[in-house]
Parts: sequence; C-alpha cells; structure tokens
Amino acid sequence: MAIDAATVRRVAKLARIAEPEERLEPLARELSAIISFIEQLDEVNTDGVEPMTSAVHVTLPMREDVVADGGDAERVLLNAPKSDQGFFVVPKVVE
Amino acid sequence: MSERPPYRIQGRTGEWEVVLGLEVHAQVASKAKLFSAAGTGFGAAPNDHVSLVDAGFPGMLPVINRFCVEQAVKTGLGLKAKINHRSIFDRKNYFYPDLPQGYQISQFKDPIVGEGELIVHHDDGTSFTVGIERLHLEQDAGKSIHDMDPNATYVDLNRSGVALMEIVSRPDMRSPDEAAAYVKTLRQLVRYMGTCDGDMEKGNLRADVNVSVRKPGAELGTRCEIKNVNSLRFIQQAIVYEAHRQIEVIEDGGKIVQETRLFDAGKGETRSMRSKEEAHDYRYFPDPDLLPLVLDPVWVKQIQATLPELPEQKLARMQSQYGLSAYDAAVLVGDVARADFFEEAAKGRDAKLVANWVLNDLSGKMGADGLEFEASPVSAADIGALVGLITDGTISGKIAREVFERMWAGEGAPAAIVEKHGLVQVTDTGALEAAIDEIMAANPDKVESAKEKPQAIGWFVGQVMKATGGKANPGAVNQILKAKLGL
Amino acid sequence: MSDLTKLTLKGAIDGLKAKSFSAVEVAKAHLDAIAAANPAINAYIQTTPDQALAMAKASDERIAKGEAGPLEGAAIGIKDLFCTKGVQSAAASNILRGFKPPYESTVTSQLWRDGAVMLGKLNMDEFAMGSSNESSAFGPVVNPWRAKDSSQNLTPGGSSGGSAAAVAADLCLAATATDTGGSIRQPAAFTGTVGIKPTYGRCSRFGIVAFASSLDQAGPIGKTVEDTALMLRSMSGHDPKDSTSLPVEVPDFAAFVGKSVKGLKIGVPGDYRIEGMPEEIARLWDQGIEWLKAAGCEIKSIRLPHTKYALPAYYIIAPAEASSNLARYDGMRFGLREEGGNLTEVYENTRAKGFGPEVKRRILIGTYVLSAGYYDAYYLKALKVRRRIADDFEAAFKEVDAILTPTAPSAAFPLGQRNDDPIAMYLNDVFTVTTNLAGLPGLSLPAGTSQTGLPLGLQLIGKPLDEGTLFSLAGAMEQAAGVSAKPAKWW
Ligand SMILES: [Mg+2]
Ligand SMILES: [Zn+2]
Repeated sequence: MAIDAATVRRVAKLARIAEPEERLEPLARELSAIISFIEQLDEVNTDGVEPMTSAVHVTLPMREDVVADGGDAERVLLNAPKSDQGFFVVPKVVE
Repeated sequence: MSERPPYRIQGRTGEWEVVLGLEVHAQVASKAKLFSAAGTGFGAAPNDHVSLVDAGFPGMLPVINRFCVEQAVKTGLGLKAKINHRSIFDRKNYFYPDLPQGYQISQFKDPIVGEGELIVHHDDGTSFTVGIERLHLEQDAGKSIHDMDPNATYVDLNRSGVALMEIVSRPDMRSPDEAAAYVKTLRQLVRYMGTCDGDMEKGNLRADVNVSVRKPGAELGTRCEIKNVNSLRFIQQAIVYEAHRQIEVIEDGGKIVQETRLFDAGKGETRSMRSKEEAHDYRYFPDPDLLPLVLDPVWVKQIQATLPELPEQKLARMQSQYGLSAYDAAVLVGDVARADFFEEAAKGRDAKLVANWVLNDLSGKMGADGLEFEASPVSAADIGALVGLITDGTISGKIAREVFERMWAGEGAPAAIVEKHGLVQVTDTGALEAAIDEIMAANPDKVESAKEKPQAIGWFVGQVMKATGGKANPGAVNQILKAKLGL
Repeated sequence: MSDLTKLTLKGAIDGLKAKSFSAVEVAKAHLDAIAAANPAINAYIQTTPDQALAMAKASDERIAKGEAGPLEGAAIGIKDLFCTKGVQSAAASNILRGFKPPYESTVTSQLWRDGAVMLGKLNMDEFAMGSSNESSAFGPVVNPWRAKDSSQNLTPGGSSGGSAAAVAADLCLAATATDTGGSIRQPAAFTGTVGIKPTYGRCSRFGIVAFASSLDQAGPIGKTVEDTALMLRSMSGHDPKDSTSLPVEVPDFAAFVGKSVKGLKIGVPGDYRIEGMPEEIARLWDQGIEWLKAAGCEIKSIRLPHTKYALPAYYIIAPAEASSNLARYDGMRFGLREEGGNLTEVYENTRAKGFGPEVKRRILIGTYVLSAGYYDAYYLKALKVRRRIADDFEAAFKEVDAILTPTAPSAAFPLGQRNDDPIAMYLNDVFTVTTNLAGLPGLSLPAGTSQTGLPLGLQLIGKPLDEGTLFSLAGAMEQAAGVSAKPAKWW
C-alpha cells in the first residue's frame, strides 16, 4: 500500500519528529518504495505459523526483590539538559 | 446481585441507569521495582529511588522481579482467576516527560492473570458479584509536578518502574455505591494477601472508572474513562458528576465521545484530558528485551498453598464458628489485625461477649487515640481474661468497665487489677443480708412503698451496690431483697 | 623496535607477556598511528590517550607482577555504540553528542577486566543504521583500501565501518563491533578483516545503545581468525543484567583455531545464488568450497527457501523495534534538547534536529508498521516469516555442521554511490541478515580479492552456540587462502 503525505504527517506526529511540509511528499515516495519492497512477504504462506519474537529459547529469568540501585540522584541528573532541586525540568505540560 | 433498589438517575426524558467498570492500579508491596533494583519507599528525595534503567538511559535493560510476579499470581488466585502459565510483556508506546523510555512495559494480549470474580459486600450484609476480566503487571510512570514553576514542569522519577497490578473488572457495577464497595472489597483482599498495602492516600491503590449511561435495559452506551481517582469518596463523586454530564449531553441531542477524563477533586468535576487525547495509537508490541514469562506449575501450587484465609472465607467462618452476626463478622473481617485480635482473645471464652468488648470498648478507645490493632496497648489475652472474669462471676459487667479502664491505663492483667483494688464481686449472702438489713432498717418508708410498687426494688439494689462499693453481685442482691420484702 | 601496530592481537599479547615491549609502547604506537591516519580515514570519533596510557601502565604493572589477564596490554578500539564510563558514547548521533554515560557496558567492562587497553571510540553509522558508514553524524569513514590505480574513496561498509577500517589500517589490534543485520560481517568483508557475530545471547547487550533488541549482537573484528576468537572469549558470558543473555559457559574459542575440520559437513545453499550476483563473488564462493573440500569437509547442497524474504522481514522488524528503542531520545533527561513553543514542539524539534535522515526514515517506517490497523499485515507477518527462516536453518542443520556463503554481494563501493536509494543500500545485507533473524553465529573472513584488488569475504554460518566449529573452519580457510595483504598506505 502506498503511503501518502497525510500518512507521513500522522506517522511523524506519532514519532514526534518535525517534518517540514515540503518534505512530506518526498518522504511519502521513499517510504512507499520501502513498503512495496516489504510487501514481498505477502508471497509467503504463514498459515498456522507461530510468530517468532525472540531467537532465544530460554524463558524469562527473574531476580530477587532486593534494593541494590538508586540513591544517587546526582548521577541520574548528570546529563540532564535542565534540572533544579533534584528534579528534571521539562517544558510545561498542559493536562 | 444486590437486593437493594436499583440506582436510577432522573433525567428530563426519564430514568437512566449507570454502567460502571473499574481498572484498579494496585502497587505491588515489593521492596524493589518491577524491572530495576531501585527502591520503592515513599517520601524519598526527588529522583533518589531511581536507577538508570528507570530513567531510560541508553543501553539499560529490564530484568523482572520474582516477588512481583508472585504477588500477581497470589492476587489472581485470591480473585479465583485463571493463572496464565505463559504471559507476554508488551511495550505501550507514547511520549510523556514522566515516561522515560518512551514506552510503558505492560501486558496487552497475554496477561499473567485471566478471568476471575470478586464477591462484594455492602456494609448492610448484602452482596453482589463483579466479574474480573484480567490482571496484568506493568510499570508505573514518574511524577510530573506542575506547580513548582509557572513555565516548566518538574519531573521526579521515583515512581518510574514501580510494579503495578492493573485489575480490570467487567462493567458489572450499577451505582456509585457499588463501585465504592467493589474498590473497598478489592482493597481488603490485597491487604489480606499482603500483595499491596492498599494505601489510597499515597496513590498505592487508585482507580480508573469507566462510566456510561443508558436507559434501563438498553444497549451499553459509549463510555468515558476517568483516570486515577484516589479515594472512595472521589470515586463516587466523579461517577455522579460524570453520569449527570453524560445524561445532559444525550438529552440535549448530543453524542458521548469516548475519551479520557480527569477528576478535579477541588471542583468536583470531570474534564477532558486534551494532552492524552491527541494521536491515540500505542503501537503495542512484545518487548524484545524480555522473553515470555513462563510460570512453573509447581511454583503456582506452592503459592496457592501459602494463601492466607481470604476475607470471604473468614466472614463465613466468623459467623459459623463464633455465632456472630453478619454485621459484627463483617466489621471484624474489615481489619485483619482486629480479626486476629478477636480470635486470640476469644480462645476458650464467650465469643459474643469478647466480640462486644473488641468492637465497642476497645475499638472505641483505639479509634479515639488513632491506634491500629497491631499496636493495641491491651493484649488480646487480657481482653480474654477480662471476659473470663465476667463469665465466672468474679466481677460484674460494670466493674469490668472499671477494670478495663485500668488495663488501658497500663495497670496490667485484669486479675491483678481486681485483686489489687479489691474489686471481687460480693456473693457472700451473709455479708449482703447484713447490708440489706441495715438499709431496710434505716428506710422504713421505702420498704413500704416497695411492697406496693415492686419496681421500686431498684432503689434498694442501688443502695446495696453503693454500700458495697459496687462489688455486690446484682443477682444475689435481687434474690435476697425479694425474699425480705416478701415479693 | 619494529612497528608495533603491525602486530596481530595474539602477537602483541605474546610479546607483552615475554616483555619484548611494553603495553605503554603498544598504546603509544597506536595513538601515533591514529593521529596520522584519522584525518584521512576518520575511523575514530575520538581517542582517549590519557585513559589509554593509564590503562597501559597498569597493564605493565600487572605483567611485571605476573598477573596478566588474557588480553593484558592489548590496545583496542571500541565502537561508539558501547557505553563507556565518563567517555562520550554518542552512537555517532547528534542527539547523543556529548553524552557521557556514568556506566560501562558489560562487554567493555569484561575487556578491561581481561587487561585490554582502550584507544578510543570508533566511528559507525548513526545508531548502527546503515551499511556504508555514511549516516554517522561525525562524518563517513573512509576504507583504507582503494581499488587498483584509483584514488577514489570507498566505503568501509557499515555500521561497524570505523571498527573494520581501524583494524585494517592497523589503528588498533582489534575492535569491538555490533551486528544487527550484517554490521560486523559486511564491513569485515569490505576491509579484509575477520568479524564474527556470535549466537544471539552470547554477549550481553547491557550498556550497548539499542538499535533492534531482538537482533543486536556484539562481536569482534580482528586481523586474524585467532584474534577474533581471543576477543570473543573476553566479550562473551552470561550477564544477569540482560534478560536475553544465555546462561552458558564460554569456551576457549582460540583452541578451536587449527583444529582439523575433516569430516565436517558443509551446506551450500543454492538459494543464496541471487540474481545478478557478480561473477567474482560466485567464483570466490566456489574457491571456498574447494578449500573446504581439500581440508576434508563434505560439501552438501542445501535449501534455505525463505532467504529472499529475510531482508523484507528485517526491514519491518528492525525499524519497528528501533522506533520504540529510540523513543527515549526525547531531550528530557540527557542528550540534545531543542527549544519549541510547547512540549510537543520541543520533542519534535529535538528529534528532527538530533536524528539524521536514515534514522528518521527507519523510525517512520517502524512507527508505521506498528500503528493501528497495520500491525497484523506487517509486523505480525514479518514475525511469522522470521519463524520460517529460522525453521529453514533448523532443517538444514539436521544435515550439515555449518553453511558457507558469500558475505556481501559486492566489494566495497565508492562513498556516496548508493545514498539515493535506500533499498539498494539495504541489499548489502542480503546474505548476512538471515542469521540475525535466526539468532545464529556468522563469521566473515577475507578469502580473496576482486578484479580491482579489493578484499572479498566469505561467510560461515553455524548452529546455535557452535562458534567453535566456525573458528575451526575459518582457521582452515584462512590458511588455504593465505590472504595477508594489507591496504597500501595512502593516508
Ligand atoms: Mg488501563
Ligand atoms: Zn495501567
């Protein structure tokens, strides 16, 4: 299925990437080419095939309920573009 | 189902029925987070209980906490639900400053717990059943603080990654009362099992309420979800407001738009959450950092074997074993510590009398001092002993009150108090006869009137009690008086 | 003293142990070589000379005390995708420019544990997305190899182009790399080096910037088969911090090099003989078959019928996972933040400015294939095809011990040549991506040269956790090929 500019706009919004209006058409063409490449998969019969989410055949390992991390807010905030009084400071959120 | 009258809202076009389903988020009572080893304690300095996993740093990976899995299974068993031996963790993708990874790890298609049910009790003893659709494990988000700076939001990630059990009910509730009773019962259940502390004030148990309205018997209406309501009172207020709002919209010819709404406790209103509305597409997919969670059936059996007696079972047993009323049993079961206290005190005693003392005198004192039963200054054994002294006639109920006051004040065991203050009931007829003779001799007029009006005997009983410092056995006094007055 | 940068990793370790030279001398020789070469080759995003010399000095002390680790004093380069404590780890992206993690990846910490010395951070495609190293925010890497009688700059391949180029140009003894669809093996093939992507779960992913979690694996690039075996041993091992890390023992991989391969059954999949395969690649493949036959292997023709669907499946699964993995680069807690009129604009501007075009393209594709209404048609379908590809291998490995294929469909191509056509670029991974989908180990070794004198590689694919057999086979082929050519120094 071909991707149009409106779809690119919607997907870019979902992905939180600003794409200028004039980029939408070229992107739609690029993405459509990739999608039609991907659509070769339609040729494969996958009836009754279990989807494969991981190449690992073991089950999920579990850890014990022990506190062994945290306690270092400074380390957490070290790379923050902006912080104050131990908090991350981010643009105003309107709820 | 409830035998109570159905809850109806009167609109301009007739009566409306409210249909309610709840999604309760219960914080797992674990020490560490669901996928990181940072702590979960309340009230820490901002970003103190945060690992780099919780903050979504590059290359950080989740590893699941076994205890959290166990608590989810336990809670599922308490809800008589199907335990799914294979479940999947999915990513729910959306952008929000308090969601550091840009996704929440949750369970979407294959939750750890499937269908179950919860029998909900009203205070008056009536009950109804709510279907449980599922219970899944997921991460909590951090906290956004909007009032520290007019131009910025402050983010604290201490809650980020804390384990939550999301318990989703069927739309089986039909009144604000039922919704509140459901949350109360569910809260009691998780507290019984120790899987969640149920502290609603701290947000450790909170509810998303799905509200729709319809004409009684009609098709289900479109629902709105009110997010994160954190008290029983607010749940009820939010439902009442939202139901009326929806009825008004429909009666004005409008349509309900399915949306997420916020309850403003200050204004008692719900309002649309615009920020969470735009572009609702969570793009769930299995988290490739995690593998399927497979539960060993032997482990599930072990968990089952360690389940405590659940409120439902305890309620039935309290009534059959101790002959308590449904109401008394319910009040006791409402607080595990109180129920345990009662059972300890009732060992070998008159259980109903013990229940009276625990529910009235002791609960009254505790309530006034804001104490929990875990911290009762009077031991269960002493309450039992006190009741023992009453039933074997050593002291009267009246004296018992005095003894209890002294026990509360820390004077020690009841027998010792009775001994020390000479509070033993006088049943020695010789001593009582002497006292009665003296009083009759001093009050010939009263004797006369008592002979005509037998109810005046009470005056004599009072006098005897006074003379004996309240230690006279009222039964014995009555008997002697009746004989002497020829009644 | 001869040029210490010309040593193999094994030669350097032995020389250090024999005290023929010091670790400080080895580090200095490499730092000097990098200083001279990097302006032309751009293999390193940054060097860490102070750290290198301090680590080398500590190595010399341990060697003096007789406490040398298995890689003691070995000067190596680290792909920028690995988080290294206190040292910029940017994944070659503007969105992480200046990001200094307060932690160390498990793989690198194991290398330091074993005595290795860090020279610096190696260039790569941004977030490991690319096959030519041109998507790096720090500029493309230039292949030390040039075609005969040409001064045209060629790609070293990608995404581990910096790692491969640095090894080929003697700018480190060995390097770490990562491979999501071929990012170790294709650059190894393009630069005449050896690279192995081990079994998924062999190396911990903890502390490695994630591209596509279910496909990403770390591995080494080295000058010889034995060198990569030595590196892989230190890089491997179970890590409780990675839920997909396999709880298995780490064999002494180097002990497999030189072992007889007589009697091993080698599968040759006809399905890899794709349309338009250059004659020189086909001939190289045949040559490889002959070498293995001569070494006593039995060659069997096998079918891997879903091979042609591996790339399309990959270009759904990898972008889908990436679109989610890269959501954390939002300007809130670390990395770049661009201003904007409101929160959404800050997100959008930050990510628009911080990510390059290829990364954005993949995020958009990934977001699209996961979005409402498309999940089943694309993502779920791809997961099912992935299963069929894995099943193909499982069936094949009932009959053979390893599989031989070409590594890449061409030799290194000129920089800038395939930038306009993403799909042409993606086709670089056509032979390598299958093992990522199936989680199998794949090794590329130099096996010959193209008509224009550029290195070409062959790939060996093994059973899960059977890297040992690959090292034995690669050792035998390395001997037979006798490839020891190095790029002529033009920089
Ligand atoms: Mg929900
Ligand atoms: Zn939830």
